[in-house]
Amino acid sequence: MLALILRRLFYAAPIALGVSIVCFSLVYLAPGDPLQAVMPADVTPDMVEMIKHEYGFDKPIPVQYALWLWRALQGDFGLSIGSRRPVIVDVLGSLQNTLLLTSFAVPIAFVIGYSLGAIAGCFPGRWLDRIVTGFAVMGVSVPNYWLGIVMVIAFAVELSWLPATGMGPRGSDAFSIFSLDDLRYLVMPVFTLSMVPVGIIARSTRAAVAEIRGQDFVVTLRAKGLSEIAVIRHVLKNALPQVLAVMGLQFGYLMGGSILIETVFTWPGSGFLLAKAIINRDIPVLQGAILLLSLVFVATNLVVDLLQSAIDPRIRRA
Amino acid sequence: MAHTLAVSTPTDVDPDVLPATIVRGYWQSVAYRLRHDPVTLFFGAVILLIILAAIFAPLVAPYDPYKESVIARLKPFGWRGHLIGTDELGRDLLTRIIYGGRISLFMGLAPVLIATIVGSALGILAGFGGRRINTIIMRTMDVFYAFPSVLLAVAISGAMGGGITNGMIALSMVFTPALCRISETATAQVRSLDFIEAARASGAGTFTVLRHHVLGNVLGPIFIYASSLVSVSILLASGLSFLGLGVKPPEPDWGLMLSTLRQSIYVNPWICAMPGAAIFITSICFNLVSDGIRAAMDVRM
Repeated sequence: MLALILRRLFYAAPIALGVSIVCFSLVYLAPGDPLQAVMPADVTPDMVEMIKHEYGFDKPIPVQYALWLWRALQGDFGLSIGSRRPVIVDVLGSLQNTLLLTSFAVPIAFVIGYSLGAIAGCFPGRWLDRIVTGFAVMGVSVPNYWLGIVMVIAFAVELSWLPATGMGPRGSDAFSIFSLDDLRYLVMPVFTLSMVPVGIIARSTRAAVAEIRGQDFVVTLRAKGLSEIAVIRHVLKNALPQVLAVMGLQFGYLMGGSILIETVFTWPGSGFLLAKAIINRDIPVLQGAILLLSLVFVATNLVVDLLQSAIDPRIRRA
Repeated sequence: MAHTLAVSTPTDVDPDVLPATIVRGYWQSVAYRLRHDPVTLFFGAVILLIILAAIFAPLVAPYDPYKESVIARLKPFGWRGHLIGTDELGRDLLTRIIYGGRISLFMGLAPVLIATIVGSALGILAGFGGRRINTIIMRTMDVFYAFPSVLLAVAISGAMGGGITNGMIALSMVFTPALCRISETATAQVRSLDFIEAARASGAGTFTVLRHHVLGNVLGPIFIYASSLVSVSILLASGLSFLGLGVKPPEPDWGLMLSTLRQSIYVNPWICAMPGAAIFITSICFNLVSDGIRAAMDVRM
C-alpha cells in the first residue's frame, strides 16, 4: 500500500507542477500590462522601472516563474489588489466557507443519488426507472445558478421562509453550524449545489447496479436460494466503490466549481472571491485562488484513487 | 464497432410472408433505430425549432429586441401583448429570449466543434505518432484535466478579459483534453488491428491508413462524446456571461439577461427566471438527443 501511495504521489507531482505553470501563465493571458492595476495614474517612467524591478518583472519569464513558485510554496502569493491583504489569507478564509457548503452538499447528494440510482437499477425499463432517469437528466441539464435564483424567488421572495443571500447577520466569521438561525442560510446554497451531483451519482449508480445484476455471481446467489432483498444487498455493496469514486470526484468539482452558486447566494467562499477578483482584475488573487483550488482538486482525485484501491484490491493490481 | 452489420428483426410485418431477418448497413440501422425513438425525435424537433427561431429571429420575434420603454419596465406575463412580460428596460422579454438563442446556440456548438477538431487531431497524432509525441501530448492534456471544468473556463476567460471570442477559446480548451483522450484510446485500439497491418503490407502510406482506416473508427466515439458536450457548453457559456464574462449589454444573451434581471427579483420575481428556463430547456433537449444518438449508435463509453 505504501508503495502504491508513493507511486501515485510520483504521478501527481508533475501534474501539480503543470497546474502551477498554467496558473502562472494567466498573468500573460491578461491583456495589457499586469502592473497597470497597481500603478497610480501619474506614474513616471523611472518609477515604472523601479516597480517592475521590485515585482521581478524585468527578469526573464522562466526566472519569474521560479521566483513565483518559490514564494507560492511558502504561501506567499503577494497582496490582493482589492483588499490589500495577503492573498493567502483571503483565499484560505474563503476556502473554509466553500468547504462548509460542499461538506454538506456532497453527502446529501450521495444519499439521494445512490438511493435513486439503486431503485432505477433494480427495475430497469420500468416506470420507476424512467422517472429516476428523467430526474437525473434534469439534474445534469439544469443551470444550477438559475435553480438557485428560482429557489430564492420561491422560498425567499414569495414565501419568506428562508434568507435569500449571505451567511447570516453576524457575518461569515461568527457563523456556527450549531446555531439553527445560521443553518437556515445554508439550506438553499447546499440544496442547489447538490443538484448536479445527485443527477450524476444517480446515473452512475443506475449503470453500475444494472451491470452488476447481470454478472454471474448474482445468478449463483439466486441459485443458492437467497431472497431478492439479500441479492440486492450484495449488488449494492458491489456497486459502492464505483459510486464512491464518482462522489469523490464530485467533491473536487464542487470545491472548484461553486463560483456561480456562490455568486447567486453571495456566499463568501472561494468562488465568490474569484468572481470579485475577475471583476476587479485582481490577478494575484486570481492566480492564488485558482492554484489552490486546482491543487485541492488534484489532491481529492489522488485520495479518491487511493481509497478506491484500498476498498477494492482488484484496482490495485491493474 | 463501426463497420459491423446489424441484424434486426422487424416486428410489424406478417411473419408468414417475409423472411425472418433484414440485414442493414450500420448507418441504415442507426437511422432505423433513431426513427423508432419517439423521445429523441421529439426533443430533436424542439432543438430544430429553437435553432430556426434563432436564425429567423427578425421574422419570428414580435418586437425589436433593443427598443426600450420607460413605462413598460418589468411588466408581468401577458401585459399588453408582451407574452412573457418585459425586462428592466421595458424591452419585450420573449423577443430578447428568441434573439438570445443566437449567441447561446453559437456558444454551445462552436467550442465543441473547435475542440472536436483540435482534440481528435491531437489524439490521433498521439495514438499514431510514436511514444515521445504521445507522452508530450497526453501529459499536457493531463495537466488540463487537473482543473475542474468551471474553474478552467472562468480562469482562462477571466484572465483574458471576457467577451465571446475569449469565452470560445476558454471553452474549447476545457473540452479538448477529454476529446483528445478518447480519440487517442480509439486510435491505439484500431492501430493494433490486423486490417491496418494488411493495409500497410499492401503499400498504403501513413496518411492513407489514417484517412481510410483510422478516421472512420475514431469518429464514432468522438462524435457521440462531442454531442454530449453541447449541453455542457451551453451551460458553461451562459454561466460565463452570467458572471459578466460574455457579451456586453445591450446584446441579448440568456446568461447576461439572467444576471441583470436578478436585480429585480423583488419587483417581478417570475419574469426574472425566464431566460434561465430557456437555458434549461435547450440544455435538456441536447442532453436527451445525445443520449438517443448514443443508444442508436450502440457505442459504450
